[in-house]
Order: sequence, then C-alpha cells, then structure tokens
Amino acid sequence: MKKARETFMHILFLIAACTSILAVVLICVFLFSGGVPAMLEIGVFKFLFGTIWKPGNNLYGIFPMIIGSLYVTAGAILFGVPLGLLAAVFMARFCPKTLYRILKPAIELMAGIPSVIYGFFALVVIVPWVKNTFGGRGQSILAAALLLGFMILPTIIEVTEAAIRAVPNSYYEGGLALGASHERSVFFALLPGARSGILAGIVLGIGRAIGETMAVMMIVGNQPRIPGSILEGCRTLTTNIVMEMGYAADLHKEALIATAVVLFVFILIINLSFSALKRRGK
Amino acid sequence: MRKDFLSRLLRFLVWAAAIITMSLLILLVGYILINGIPHLKASLFDLNYTSDNVSMLPSIINTVLMTIISLLIAAPIGICSAIYLVEYAKRGNKLVEVVRITAETLSGIPSIVYGLFGAIFFVTVLGWGLSLLSGAFTMAIMILPLIMRTTEEALKSVPDSYREGSFGLGAGRLRTIFRVVLPSAVPGILSGVILAIGRVVGETAALMFTAGTVAKLPKSILSSTRTLSVHMYTLANEGLHVDEAYATAVVLLVIVILINGLSSLVAKRLGKGE
Repeated sequence: MKKARETFMHILFLIAACTSILAVVLICVFLFSGGVPAMLEIGVFKFLFGTIWKPGNNLYGIFPMIIGSLYVTAGAILFGVPLGLLAAVFMARFCPKTLYRILKPAIELMAGIPSVIYGFFALVVIVPWVKNTFGGRGQSILAAALLLGFMILPTIIEVTEAAIRAVPNSYYEGGLALGASHERSVFFALLPGARSGILAGIVLGIGRAIGETMAVMMIVGNQPRIPGSILEGCRTLTTNIVMEMGYAADLHKEALIATAVVLFVFILIINLSFSALKRRGK
Repeated sequence: MRKDFLSRLLRFLVWAAAIITMSLLILLVGYILINGIPHLKASLFDLNYTSDNVSMLPSIINTVLMTIISLLIAAPIGICSAIYLVEYAKRGNKLVEVVRITAETLSGIPSIVYGLFGAIFFVTVLGWGLSLLSGAFTMAIMILPLIMRTTEEALKSVPDSYREGSFGLGAGRLRTIFRVVLPSAVPGILSGVILAIGRVVGETAALMFTAGTVAKLPKSILSSTRTLSVHMYTLANEGLHVDEAYATAVVLLVIVILINGLSSLVAKRLGKGE
C-alpha cells in the first residue's frame, strides 16, 4: 500500500516534469504547421526578402520587418549595454551596503513593471522629446531604441552582476597586490574573468528587445517599409503580428503566423547561444 | 593617495551609470504618479463598464480571476516538476537535461508568440474561443518555467542533512518531501509564485488574442475578458481617454510595486531562516 503510493507519486512528479517538454512540442507543432505552408505558398525567398507587405494585394514580404527588428534591437543594445554594464559593476563592486539595499529591489521593480506602462511612458515622454529635439514625427526607431535600451537594463544588470560576483576574489586581490587601484583591478582583472557571463547577459537582453511587443508598438510608428533614417518609423516582426492579427484571415493570417515562426527561430538561436555562453562560463 | 586619471574616470562612469539608471526609474514612476493621481475618481471604479466611464473595476476583477486560474494550473505542475528534478532524478539523467533546456526555451519565448500559439491551440483547435480559460492556460504555460526555476532553487537550498535525518528516522521518500523538505522551502516557492502573479498582471500581448478585450465581468469561464493591462493598453492606444489612461497606469503600477515588495519581503524571510 505504502509502496504503491510512493510509485504513484513518483510517476505523477515525472509526468509534471514532462509538461514543459509537451508545451514546447505543442508550440513548435502548431506554430510551424500554421506558418510553414503559407511560407511555401508565398515562396520562402519572396517571404523573407520581399520588401513589400500589402496583404490586400497578396504581397507578403517581411524584409522591412526583419530590418526594423534589427535596427530597433541594435539601438537598444547601443543604449542599454554600456549603461547596464557600468551599473552592474557599480552594484557588484562600488555600491555602499546601505545604498545596495535600496538599489537591488529597485532594479527588480524595473524588471517587473509591465510593458504597457513602459510604452505609455514612452508615448507621453520620449516620443515628444524626440520630436522636439530631432524633428520628425517622434514615433520612430530612435524612440523605440531609447525605450528598449531602458527596458533591457534590469536584465543586463542582473545577469552581469551575478557574473561579476562569480569571479574568484583572488583576481581582484591579485590586481591590488600588483599596485593597481581599486577601479583598475575591477575593470582589468575582474571584468575579463566575467566575460562569458557578461556576454550571456547581453544575449538575453537582445532576446528581450527583439521579443518586446506592446511597448514598441505604441511608439515605433508601424509603417511596413524599410526606414531611411532613425527618425522614421518602422515596423518590427512582433508588431506586425499584433497590428493585423485581429482581423486577418486565410493566407494573411497564415503569413502572420509565419512571421511568428521567423521570430521564433531568431529567439531559438539567441537562446541556444545564451545557454552555450552560460555553460562556458561554468 | 591621489588616484590616476583613468581610475577617477572609471569611478565617475560607474557612479554616473547607477545614477542615470535610478533617475530613469524615478522619472517613470514619478511621472505616472504625478500625472495619474489627480485623475483617479470614483467613476473609474464603477462595477459597470460603459464607454463613457471607462471603469477599470471589471478589468481588475478579471485580472484577479485570470491570475487565480492560471496559478491553479501552473503552480501544482511547476512545483511537482521541480520536486522531480531535485528529489527524484538521478545525476546525469537525460530527461532532466531535456526538461531544463525546454524550460529555458519557454522562458525566452516572447509573449506575442505565446499569444499566437494560444490563439491557434486553445481558442481555435480546442474551441474554447476568446475566453478566460484560453487566456489562463496560455498564461500558465508562460509562468511555468518561472515557478519551476524558483521552486528548484528553493528545494536545492534545503540542506541535505534534513533529508538524511528524516530518512534516518524511517520516513519514506514521500513523507520526507511533504513533511520536511517542502515546509522549509515554502518561502522560496512563495516568492516565485508572487513573481509569477506579477507576470500575469503585467501581460498584454499574450492575452489580447486569447482572452479578448471585453471590458465587462465574465458570465462564465468561457466568456471573453479584459485584464487591467489590456485595459490600460486599449485606453492609451485609442487616445480618447488619456486622463483615464494615466489613472489606470497609477493603479497598475501600484499593484505591481506591491507585488514586488511582497515577493522580496517573503524572500528575505527565507534569508533569515537560513
């Protein structure tokens, strides 16, 4: 009787553990079976590299959206990574204890603020600022890049801080012993030791930026064309899906699912490089 | 000792970065609060939503329902699977590797992809329509890896001597898990669950095409509902009710701050227990 219950629960736990496998399989199956046929019907090359997206005329080229996603993400990295990296160094090695007790929960709060709030904030603060300072319509790649740079800060700070803390203190002490200052020891002895962890944080940040949807949609303009400058609007892969999913049907709907497939493949590549980097760090 | 130029520059840079980061957060929270609090009024908390009063109370109730249902699904599965990974699986088990990789994959998938999957699978294939149930299942998959990871960490932090002591007294594996290991891991698990609540409360993209946007109280588990974040998005995007959007943002922000505070409070109690 007791043995039977032990075995039963063992199997129950095992089944629970398999749920996440089932979830990934289901997501892959339904996403790919929904999107790949459309991709084939449109033509894979025409779909990925076509520059015109006009569902009304049966033209489905997502190249502008791929470019849009890349631009916005690159901009976010440009703003977010240096700031996040330096802030993480501060948190790990410069921060007074009392201040840390305030900063740490604040960074956690930043990670927890919903993307609609970030988006709304950007809509009423960043967009007008960009418009008044640089001209243009305000809803632009620049605005989205600034916002995303802000939004990926907590991710980068958390992962980088953990990576810096994982480096043996002897690296830092060695630096000091050779006569380097505190700052030089941290930057030139400790940081190189945390290299793969820092890279992993950046990769995770890229994943966040490329996958962000609602906040970007509110401020990026959403015009499906290849942008000429960073003050112009563009459309990203994620916003392409949200913009039109509400009313799309037939091939149009399948083309949107195919857009999600492309996004999913990007994310898978990013995830794999993240775990590879993390493993190398160990 | 006077430091060289580079050292002073580096010190300046890290302080500047920390100050900029904090000012951005303070600017965001302060801006929303200052502009939003004056617009909080009683009509925003009316039980009946109309397009005139754009009341957020039904959306708040929907959010609570959505959170409860998705936790009811995700928490038992997440906790049980973490128990398997930590307490049952042998080292080097292939299955554990696969579960870890899939959980990592799940936590990296953007919410819009979850939304699309939910719209295909729960809404269309299973025929649940735009409903509370479809939304809750979608959210459950989304928060599953978070609950799994935090529970795993909480279980791992329980010292092995607890388990050995329990086994030594003749308790079986099950009794050891439920009477000895789980009780000491509760704060860690709880703080993970609270973080998951925050995730559900803040989600928009995954819910628009699974739970829909009807801003009224649900009649059943199969009615379409709008959570507070989706409500906030709709108001901000329509641009007709900007003042109300500010007020809604305040409520949403305060809820998120409370949830975060609660989570770190619970986690701190875990730290003290050690």
